[in-house]
Amino acid sequence: MTLDVVDLSRLQFAMTALYHFLFVPLTLGLSVLLAIMETVYVMTGRRIWRQMTKFWGTLFGINFVLGVATGIVMEFQFGMNWSYYSHYVGDIFGAPLAIEGLMAFFLEATFVGLFFFGWDKLSKVGHLVTTWAVALGSNLSALWILVANGWMQNPTGAAFNPQTMRMEITDFFEVVTNPVAQAKFVHTVSAGYVTASVFVLGVAAWYMLKGRHIELAKRSMTVAASFGLAASLSVVVLGDESGYLTTEHQKMKLAAMEAMWETEPAPAAFTLFGLPSQTDRETHFAVRVPWVLGLIATRSLDTVVPGINELVGHAQDRIKSGVIAFDALQKIRAAGSDAAIPPDVRQAFEDHGTDLGYALLLKRYVDDPRTATPEQIAQAAWDTVPSVPTLFWSFRIMVGLGLSFIVLTSVFFFLSARRMLDRYRPLLWVAVIAIPLPWVAVELGWVVAEFGRQPWIIEGVLPTAAAVSSLGAATVLTTIVGFALIYTVLIIIEMTLMVRAIRQGPEPDDEPDAELIPAHLVAAE
Amino acid sequence: MILHTLIDYDVLRVIWWLLLGVLLIGFAVMDGFDLGTDILLPFVAQTDLERRVVINAIGPTWEGNQVWLILGGGAIFAAWPPLYAVSFSGFYLAMFAILFALILRPVGFKYRSKREGSVWRTAWDWALFVGGLVPALVMGVAVGNVLQGVPFHLNDDLRIFYDGTTLFELLNPYGLLCGLLSVAMVVMHGAGWLALKTQGNVDRRARAIGSYAALATLVLFVLGGLWLYFGVDGYRITSALVADGPSNPLAKTVAVAPGAWFANYAAHPWMMAGPALGILGALASLILLRTRAEFTALLASTVSIFGIISTVGLSMFPFILPSTVDPRSSLTVWDASSSHLTLFIMLVCTVIFMPIIIAYTTWVYRVLWGKVDTAEIQRDNSHAY
Repeated sequence: MTLDVVDLSRLQFAMTALYHFLFVPLTLGLSVLLAIMETVYVMTGRRIWRQMTKFWGTLFGINFVLGVATGIVMEFQFGMNWSYYSHYVGDIFGAPLAIEGLMAFFLEATFVGLFFFGWDKLSKVGHLVTTWAVALGSNLSALWILVANGWMQNPTGAAFNPQTMRMEITDFFEVVTNPVAQAKFVHTVSAGYVTASVFVLGVAAWYMLKGRHIELAKRSMTVAASFGLAASLSVVVLGDESGYLTTEHQKMKLAAMEAMWETEPAPAAFTLFGLPSQTDRETHFAVRVPWVLGLIATRSLDTVVPGINELVGHAQDRIKSGVIAFDALQKIRAAGSDAAIPPDVRQAFEDHGTDLGYALLLKRYVDDPRTATPEQIAQAAWDTVPSVPTLFWSFRIMVGLGLSFIVLTSVFFFLSARRMLDRYRPLLWVAVIAIPLPWVAVELGWVVAEFGRQPWIIEGVLPTAAAVSSLGAATVLTTIVGFALIYTVLIIIEMTLMVRAIRQGPEPDDEPDAELIPAHLVAAE
Repeated sequence: MILHTLIDYDVLRVIWWLLLGVLLIGFAVMDGFDLGTDILLPFVAQTDLERRVVINAIGPTWEGNQVWLILGGGAIFAAWPPLYAVSFSGFYLAMFAILFALILRPVGFKYRSKREGSVWRTAWDWALFVGGLVPALVMGVAVGNVLQGVPFHLNDDLRIFYDGTTLFELLNPYGLLCGLLSVAMVVMHGAGWLALKTQGNVDRRARAIGSYAALATLVLFVLGGLWLYFGVDGYRITSALVADGPSNPLAKTVAVAPGAWFANYAAHPWMMAGPALGILGALASLILLRTRAEFTALLASTVSIFGIISTVGLSMFPFILPSTVDPRSSLTVWDASSSHLTLFIMLVCTVIFMPIIIAYTTWVYRVLWGKVDTAEIQRDNSHAY
C-alpha cells in the first residue's frame, strides 16, 4: 500500500494532534488545581499550601512548555497541509482561533511567566490572581478551540458563496452556541480535570508509599480526589454523546461506535461485546443489553437511534441531491453576472446547495460528479461509514476507563474523608499505576471524535480528501520524519525531567508552619 | 445581522490591512527582542551565571510575547484566509524550519537550568540560538520573496498550486538580503533589551554587538531599498478597481511593472515616513547603544522595526502576495479578505480585547521592571530559568 499526500497529511495531523493532546489535558486540569491550592493558602495562611502550589507548579511548567511548543504547530498546519480547507472555511474557522489568541492564550501566556517569577514580587492576593488568570486562560482557550472543532462536526451558521467558492459566515451566534461545541467543551475540559486529578493522586500516593512529604501528599490527595470525583462524574454524565443526534454524520458516528447496522425499535440495545466487521457489514458474536443504548444516546424511551444501513441510504439520497447542486453551481459560475443566472438554476441551487459537499465525495471516483454511475454513487454512500471496529473498541475502552476513574476517585474521596489515606498500601499502588490511564482515555476520545468524523473534514461540506494542499508526498514525508524525531527526543527529555522533579520532591519551605513539622526535624536540616 | 454594514466592506479591508501590520509589528517588536536575545546568548554571556542572566532577562515574558505570532497566525487565517492558505502551504518547508526552531525555544528556556552539567546546558544554549536565528532569518527571507512575487496560481475552484520547486529557490540573493536584515534588526532590538535588563559584562558586550547590528540594519535596509528600486519589478492592478467586491482574486487583471513598488510614495509623499523611521530609528539605536542610554535605545530600535515593516506594507499596497507565474492570481487587499461579516465580528473582538491585553501586559512588565537580580537566580533554583 502506498500512501498518497492525503494519507500522509492525515497521518501528520493525527500524529501532531495526539502528541499535542498529551500535554493539554494536564495543563487544563493542573492549572485549576494550582489555583485551588493557592486559594486555600491565601485564605488560611498555612504555608504548606504555598509549598504545594510551588511543587505542583514545577511539574505544571515542565508539561506546559511542550503544550505551547506543539500548539503552534497545530495552528500553522491548517495552512501548511490543508490549504484548500483553509481557503474553503477560513471565513468561519479562522475566527474562533483568532479569538482564542485574543481572549485566552494571551491571558494564559502573559501570566504564566509571572506565576513562576512573581512569588517574591507580588502580594499574596496578586499572585493568586495571576494563578487564576492562567487557569482561566487555559480553560477559555479550550472553549474556542472546541468551538472551532465543533463547527467541523456540525457546520452551522454558514453558507456556500458561489462567487468566492467558499463557505461564509451567516450567523456568528450560531457558530458560538453550536450544541456540539458546547457538549465537547464540557466533556474535554472535564477529561482534563480527571487527567490532572489522577496524576496528582498517583504522584502523592507514591510519596505516601515512600513515606516522604506526607503532609503535602495527604493534602494533595484530598484535593485531587474530591476534584477528580466531580470531574469524572461530569465526563461520563455530561458525555460527548449528547451532541450525537444533532447531525446526520454525528448519528453515523454513534451508529459506528455502537456497531449498530440496523435501525431498531426504540429504545435500542447496547452491544457490550462483539466483533464488528466492516466487510460483512455485521457484528459477530454480539452480546447485547436491551434498552441501554437508547437510554444513553437519546435520554428517552421513544427516540429512535438510526442504524448504519439506514444512514447510508440517507447519504445516497444526499449525494444525488448534491449532484444537482453541483450542476447548478457550474451553471451559476458560467453565467458570469448575477443577473444572467436562470431562475430555475438559482432555485435548484437554493434547494440542493446544502448537499453540495456530498457531490464532492464522488471526486474520488470521477472528475465530474455529474458523470457518476449509480454504482459509484452507492459506493460513495458507503464511504460515509467510518471504520466501525476502530470506533467500537476505542469507545468501549474510553468509557471503561472513564468509569474506572469514578471508582478510583470515589475510593480515595472516602478514605480522605475518614482520614485513612495511609491505611491501605495496595490501594496506593493502584493510584500510582493508574497515572497513565487518563492519557489512554483522552487519546482514544480524540480517535472517536476525529477518526469518526471521516470521510469528512467538515461534516457534509468538504471531504477530507479534497481539503489537502497540493504538495508532493515526499515533502510531507520529510516533515513527518522531522516532527517524529524532535517529538520523540522531547518526550523522552520531558519524562526524564518530570520523574527527576518528582523524585526530588518539593523544595523545603524557608519558613514552614510550626505545627506541621516538629522543631527537631527543622533543626536537623 | 445588519449591524456590520455600518462599516463599508472596503473600509473594513483597509482596517484589517492595518491590523495585519499592527500584528506583524507587534510580533517583531515584542518577540523580536526575545529572538535577538536568543541569538546574542552565546556571544554576550560566557559563564553559566551570565547565560542564566540573559535567559532570565526574557524568561518571564517570552511566552506572552510569542502569542503575538500565534495571534498573527490566527488573525491571518480569520481575516485573510487566502493569504494564510497560499503562504503557509507555498512556503511549506520554510514554515517547517520555523516551527522546528520555535519548538526548541520554549523547551530550551524551561529545561536548560533544570539540570547541572555543561554539556546539557551548552546544548540548550545553542538550541536557543537556533530558536532565535532560524525564525528571524526565514521570516526575513520570506518577506524578500513576497516582494519579488511568489510562484503560485489559483485554478477556477480557487485551489492553490505552488509552482516553485525547491526550498533553495527561496534563498535567492534578494531574499537572503532581507533575511540578514531581519536578523540584524532583531539583534539590534535584543541588544536594546539586554542593555535595559542587565549590567556589567553582558550589558557591555550586548551594546557592542548591538551597535554593529544597528549599523548592519541601516546599511541592509538602504541597500534593500535601492535594490528594490533598480532590480525588483513591482505589480499593478490593470482592471477597474472594485474595492468592495467578493473575495475572488481571479476577477481582476494584473501587470508586472518596473518601479511599481514605488508608485505609492509618489502618489502619497507622507508614506515616506515609513522608510524614514526605519533609517532614523536604526541610526538612533546605534548612537544610544553606544552612549549608555537604556530605555531610549530600546525605543529607537522599536521605531526602526516599525518603520521597516511599514515600508514593506506601504510599498506593496494594495498587494499582499503577488504571483509571478500568474499575476492575476495575486492576492490583494480588495480580493483576499474574509467576508464583510467576519471582518466586522473580528474587528469588534479586537477592539474589545486588544486594550485589555495591552493593559495586563503593561502591568506584568511593571511588576518585572528592573535589572535581572543575579542573587535571586542563585538563590532560587527551581523557578528561575
